[in-house]
Amino acid sequence: MNVLTGRGGLAAATAPSAEPRLKVEQASFAYSATDKSAPKFTLGPVSFDARQHELISILGPNASGKSTLLALLAGMHAPLAGRIALDGTEISKLDARLRAQRIALVQQESELLFPLRVWEYVLQGRYPYGRRLRFESEEDCLMAGNALAQVGADALRDRWMDQLSGGEKQRVILARALAQQPLLLLLDEPTQHLDIGGKVELLRRLRKLTAERLYTVLVVTHELNLAAEFSDRIVLLHKGKCLRSGTPAEVYDRATLEEVFEAPLDVDTRASGRPRVTLRGSEHG
Amino acid sequence: MPLETKPETEFGAPRPGLAQRGGSFAGVRAFRPVTPRRLVLICAMLLAVLFVAVVIALRMGTFPISIREIVLTLFNGAIGRRAEIPSDYWLVVFGLRLPRIALGILVGAALSTAGAGYQALLRNPLADPYVLGVSSGAAVGAIVSLILVPRLPGAIQIAAFVGAVATIAVVYLLGRRGGQLDSATLLLAGIVTASFLSAVIMFLMTTLSGRDLRGMSFWLMGDLATPPSVNMGWLYFLLVIGLATIYGTAADLNLILTGEQEARHLGVNVNRVKLVVYLAASVLTGLAVSVSGAIGFLGLLVPHVMRMLFGTDYRVLIPASAIGGAILIVLADTLARTVVAPTELPVGAMTAIAGAPLFIYLMRRRVR
Repeated sequence: MNVLTGRGGLAAATAPSAEPRLKVEQASFAYSATDKSAPKFTLGPVSFDARQHELISILGPNASGKSTLLALLAGMHAPLAGRIALDGTEISKLDARLRAQRIALVQQESELLFPLRVWEYVLQGRYPYGRRLRFESEEDCLMAGNALAQVGADALRDRWMDQLSGGEKQRVILARALAQQPLLLLLDEPTQHLDIGGKVELLRRLRKLTAERLYTVLVVTHELNLAAEFSDRIVLLHKGKCLRSGTPAEVYDRATLEEVFEAPLDVDTRASGRPRVTLRGSEHG
Repeated sequence: MPLETKPETEFGAPRPGLAQRGGSFAGVRAFRPVTPRRLVLICAMLLAVLFVAVVIALRMGTFPISIREIVLTLFNGAIGRRAEIPSDYWLVVFGLRLPRIALGILVGAALSTAGAGYQALLRNPLADPYVLGVSSGAAVGAIVSLILVPRLPGAIQIAAFVGAVATIAVVYLLGRRGGQLDSATLLLAGIVTASFLSAVIMFLMTTLSGRDLRGMSFWLMGDLATPPSVNMGWLYFLLVIGLATIYGTAADLNLILTGEQEARHLGVNVNRVKLVVYLAASVLTGLAVSVSGAIGFLGLLVPHVMRMLFGTDYRVLIPASAIGGAILIVLADTLARTVVAPTELPVGAMTAIAGAPLFIYLMRRRVR
């Protein structure tokens, strides 16, 4: 099955015995309005790990804890219990700049107050490497150019950020994250505002980057079928708990998915061996 | 694994294949990030304009003095040959006009830098140095001193600074959320404090006598005619500290403007930067307001004009705003004291009258 994506061979060749890059062990977290009140939302304990060259999708309905898990992975909060380690170092204990050199997060971008050119935006990804006043070095420019090239956005370099299409903007945001030269690349619903062509294009690109480079990629998404098609493994969250994790075929079980997403679903297996989820239509029922 | 070493990804080295493809890397030079060279060039250019403005300001006035004589006087003064300068020139240039220009430069630089800082801190292009009530607090202090100790020289400026500092502290306490400065909360706290203090000012003004009332209304509009009661050297010392502090956060402010959350993820210590910028910008505002009253419009206008001219990067914007503010106020004050001489107009009215059309012109002309 892995041969089809061209990933398995590479992974086996480069890191047969390597420790997992990212280790999430029994990590849990709780939000509450004040210090004393009862928690409003609890996550975990969650456990999974991720290796180099792996693309992992985090799935789950709204309010299942995906964003919380992502915040923990990005080092924005320390887990209440358990441990999240990147190459053996606990993420929440990393200094902010070191963390930004290792972990990049792609979010829906905020609205820009003042117009910014694409290259200025991408160069921001070099911030964690800068010195005192952070004038960009030759190397920074080279890395930013490299990052733009990797997402196929060289031509957009001199355009204004607010004049890009949704797909172009998403690529530029990804380029800024790549300019951080991260080990761990986190994406928060990157396909949200893209049409189906844009979604497939983005995931192909991620797949390719994951295979060719040493990134470990984690994607939070609602796209069951795209996740099944492009992910090595799936982490399925439900009501703050990690329900299942494993390959798409292991996780995509009809009863489980129906319970989690509260919709009548069918799961079948495609010729590639990857599962496919369809809505059980009323005309067949 | 030690924190300092990071395993090298092959991304770490430029890919030769790509570099050789010409097209994709030939363009790297077209990237024009802010280089120290570009920064120095822009500052040198603006300083030259400022020098011209200063010479114009020295030239204009009731006592006639030619440009040649001004330059000679400045030159001889600078190299310490006071004996070579006619005493009336010495008095006009070094005794009267230059101190006022120096005060203007101080106030213009402080207000414009504070304005640029507040615009980033509050993530609001409409923010100006007075939006958080610092000037209203200073005005309350000034009025109180006028009522309590009307004859004490210099009391009004010191009282104004105390009023400004007290307001900074109150707005800071009100503007926090979860122990950290929050842009929206801070803005609301500042606006509420400012309107409360304005009401207090209106109330206190009714108790002032006629002469004090006119002095006060001039003060509320801004005025450079009163020499500061404190040594100018100390004021400039505070200015330089304030400017340097804000400039130290320039790269962080660039990222915060793009998005606070994103800045956090890129390794910016957002809470610390916001606190530092809030304090430095507020002290600069308090400093300017204490010695000159509330000169309006400058702190809003200058950062925007500089953005239109030199881009949004704060590493250029902060020094450019400081010098640009100085240029504008020196010219505006020259107009204020000459157009209807011997009567003086408040310089604050002048900055608005001259500034608004310039701003609109630049805004309309801008193509992007």
